[in-house]
Formats: sequence, C-alpha cells, structure tokens
Amino acid sequence: MKTVEEINEKIKKGKALVLTAEEIIDFARQKGSKRAAEEVDVVTTGTFGPMCSSGAYFNVGHSRPRIKIGGGKAYLNGVPVYTGLAAVDLLLGATAIPDDDPRNAVFPGRFAYGGGHVIEELVAGKEVRLTATAYGTDCYPRKKIETRISLEDMNEAVLFNPRNCYQNYNVAVNVSDRAIYTYMGVLQPRLGNANYCSAGQLSPLFCDPFYRTIGIGTRIFLGGGTGYVAWNGTQHNPCVPRTDLGVPRVPAGTIAVIGDLKQMHPRWLRGTSFRGYGVNLTVSIGIPIPILNEEILVQAAVRDEDIVTPIVDYSQSYPQRESGSLGEVSYAQLKSGEISVDGKEVPTASLSSYAMAREIAGILKDWIQKGEFLLTECVQGLPSSDSGIVFKGLQEKPFRAKKLI
Amino acid sequence: MTTTKVVLRFPPELTDQPVTYKLIKEYDLMVNILRGHITPKEEGMLVLELTGKKKQLDRGMDYLAKLGVETQRLSKGVKWLKDRCTHCTACTSLCPTHALLVERDTMMVSFDRDKCIACEMCITVCPYSAMEVQV
Ligand code: SF4
Ligand code: SF4
Repeated sequence: MKTVEEINEKIKKGKALVLTAEEIIDFARQKGSKRAAEEVDVVTTGTFGPMCSSGAYFNVGHSRPRIKIGGGKAYLNGVPVYTGLAAVDLLLGATAIPDDDPRNAVFPGRFAYGGGHVIEELVAGKEVRLTATAYGTDCYPRKKIETRISLEDMNEAVLFNPRNCYQNYNVAVNVSDRAIYTYMGVLQPRLGNANYCSAGQLSPLFCDPFYRTIGIGTRIFLGGGTGYVAWNGTQHNPCVPRTDLGVPRVPAGTIAVIGDLKQMHPRWLRGTSFRGYGVNLTVSIGIPIPILNEEILVQAAVRDEDIVTPIVDYSQSYPQRESGSLGEVSYAQLKSGEISVDGKEVPTASLSSYAMAREIAGILKDWIQKGEFLLTECVQGLPSSDSGIVFKGLQEKPFRAKKLI
Repeated sequence: MTTTKVVLRFPPELTDQPVTYKLIKEYDLMVNILRGHITPKEEGMLVLELTGKKKQLDRGMDYLAKLGVETQRLSKGVKWLKDRCTHCTACTSLCPTHALLVERDTMMVSFDRDKCIACEMCITVCPYSAMEVQV
C-alpha cells in the first residue's frame, strides 16, 4: 500500500499524518482500520523502563606518555569498567558497582551508585574521575593515570544495550512470608503488592508484534537523541504463545540498540537503584512504525485490554526457575491499580513509566512532523515467530576429569 | 508544645493494653491515630501523632518502652523531588496513606505532604532517588 520511501517524501513535505500509539486507538476505531491505514503514515511508540543489559563504551584518547589501559584496571568515579579491549577503549556496564560497595552485606543493600549513575552524570555534562593502572609496555610505558574527564573530552561515547524494549514482561508478586527485594522492586509478603514493567499499548514491540517494520537498522529515539536497532536483543524469544492479534502472552522479543551518548539527555537516561538488588539504567526508547498496510495498522492500534501477561511468584518460582504462573492479567487491569490473584485484591504498581513513555511517543511524533526525523527501512528483519528459536537455560555440565600425564 | 510521630509495635501479649488512654490521661498528651493495625493476640502496629509538653512526651515514651512496646520516632517528613520523579508509580502501591497517588488518566504521580506519615517506605522503594528524608 505505502512504502517507507513514500512516507519519507510526505514527511519532508510536512504532509505526513503521524499519531502516537495511544492516539491511533481511537482514530482506528472511528475511521475503521482500512481508512485509517490509508490516512495514517506513522505511529510512534515509547517506553521508559529499567534495563540491566545496558552499557556504554568510550574511547578516552591517548595520554602523553601513552598508557595501555587495555588488560589493566580502570574506574570511572570508582565504578569498575571493562578493559579487555584496545589501549584506551573502555566498556562500562550499567550494573557495575564500586569494589568497596557493601552490596548486600547489610541486607537489603542500597546500591546508591553504579554504572547507570555514571552514564547519567556523563550525559548531564559532568566530569567524572578516571583512574587506571596498567602493566606498561615499550610502546605504552605509563603505568598509572588519574584525571577528570567529560563526554566532550572523549573521542567516542556510545550507548550500547545488548537487550532492551522487552516485548512483554512478568507481573511480579511474593507469596512467601517475608518481604523480598528484587529487580522487580520491593515485594511485600503474602501477595502484598504486584509490580509490572511495560508501557503496554505504547510499548514498541507490542505495536509491531511480529517485527514486520522494526529490524536491524531501524532509526529510533534513544535517550533523547537518535539511535538505531543494532541486532535482536539477548534472550530474544519470538516463538511463544500469542493472542489472536499476535501479541505474545509472555516475555518474548527484545532488541539491541546503539546510539551516540553525546547527543543524549539525562532526563531520558537515568541511573536506577533497586534496594537489595543492584544498580540499573532506565532507558528511553521511541520507535516509529511506518503504516505500510492495514495489518500493520491493526497491530499498532493494540489496546491495553488486548495485552496479557503472566503473574509470577518471585519468592520461589522465579529464583528456582520453576515454571507456572499464578494467572494472567491484562495491562488494562494492571493500570487500574488493582488485580485479583488467588482471590485476593492486590495493589499494582509499575517500574516503567507510562507517563514518560507517552511523552517520548509525543516527542518522536513532533520530530517526524517537523521533518527532523526520517524513517529507515530496516536492512534485515529480526527472527520472528517462525524462526524456530528455542530459549535455552544453562545446563550445568561437570568439568572433565583432567587426564593424568 | 512539641509534636512527634511515632510507630508503636506491640508484641501479642500487649495488644489489649489501653495505651492511648494512658497517654492522654496520665501524660496529658494529644493523640492522633494516623494508622492502626491491632488484632487481639497478634502483633499490632499503631502510628500516632503525639502533641504535648516536651517533658510529658518523653515520660510517655518512657512508659511505652517500659511496657515493652517497641517505639520508633519518625523523621520530620520526606520530600518529593518532583524533577527526579519519573512517575513510574513503584512507590504508590506501598505508600500506606496514599500520600503518593497515581492519577489514573495521566498515570502521573502526585505527593500530598499532609497525608504523609514519614514512614519512609518510599525511600526504600523509589529506584530514582526521588524521595528524600528531611532533617
Ligand atoms: S514516607 Fe513515603 S511511603 Fe510513607 S507515608 Fe510518606 S509518602 Fe507515603
Ligand atoms: S517510585 Fe520514585 S520515581 Fe517512581 S513515582 Fe514514586 S517517587 Fe516517582
């Protein structure tokens, strides 16, 4: 019906009709999906949730004399970075924490500062302390360096998230008799509360459930700047049970994303601390969906009522990797503030911000309407429900006994 | 006159004691029950706002301690750092007084200082350091 190229032409002329994934719901209902698909060019989505599999890599430049931090040890504001790359390329993970953080020694630990917070501070334009030690070589003689550094001082600073944008996620509850502290937040005993983590009808992969338009090379809103889908995310698991509309009923697809950290903004990239669990980074992502045909439109207009997710006990089932859920609920129920589990009314709360997701979809819409953001055709699709991907657990195998010489 | 907020935790054998009555009658304190959770023969919890002369207040607290009631004075209050709040809503299901509340239409969170009893639950829960203890 339409091509990405045609849509881009309309965007350039300022004639494209762009709606957010929320606005499209009523629009499609009023106009009917056929007419809506003809009229609407782009639907924008958004999500703002914590994602552990986030990080950034930096090239900090060469000092005089030179130091080979690669293979040595390095820290940014006391948070260890990975140095197993080239001389001055550093990789910082969102969940990294200072060596002297008490962790969970006094339970539940606070995890007040870590990789996610370093990324937020850097993006805010602040200087951080870089300290590194190295073993010294003929070409890189120096063994120690201590300096302040900001994003501006670096050659490259790139946000890279091996996994983001989970297509659906568990609702976490606790059936045990004590409070538990998880990556899904604080869960009170005996089904005291239920936490979920998805923007539901605004979430990118809910609006393109079979990844028909979102793929490798798709240009996106990332952290307040622009970024790209780099690959499928880790744990990408498209072959799961789906609803009639094709929406996964359990956690499914993911994407890996990449973008220039120097363009990003601290409002849209937040260091995050989960009591008793650890540090994290909350990442904002917005993905435009080109409405190429009616089917894509119908899927993009998915509503919270039509998206369901399992309720999982995080005191026993999750940690022990036991299968089984305590039931299924829709995002509409979750957003009402209360769900029923085992006959009990349980208050709900989210970890991902729907209000911010809505704002992101709105900003992206604005960028596209102003002609500042053009759509891309993905260069390769993501493995979908027909890929035969099997999500593996870790099978532990004993080491082979060493041969006696 | 001083005002303080305290959390009282009663072991099961003390839940039938008329403590609020005594605090009023014998220590001349004004007692405002902010939250209570008492069932006979089970562990109980009361959150009180006590107002009275400083000396009487201290004596009242001594009386509770001697009785075997565990007391915890609450901080002055907590502050909502609006700019740091992401409106994730994580705190809202655990805030006992709904001082932190979600407006369901917008999914935006608001904070009503007058309802807050400074239990500090939100300090533990907020992943974005948007709630701060005031000293
Ligand atoms: S301290 Fe926080 S959780 Fe407790 S009543 Fe006040 S706002 Fe609610
Ligand atoms: S948990 Fe923190 S960030 Fe989330 S709504 Fe509450 S105060 Fe705001």
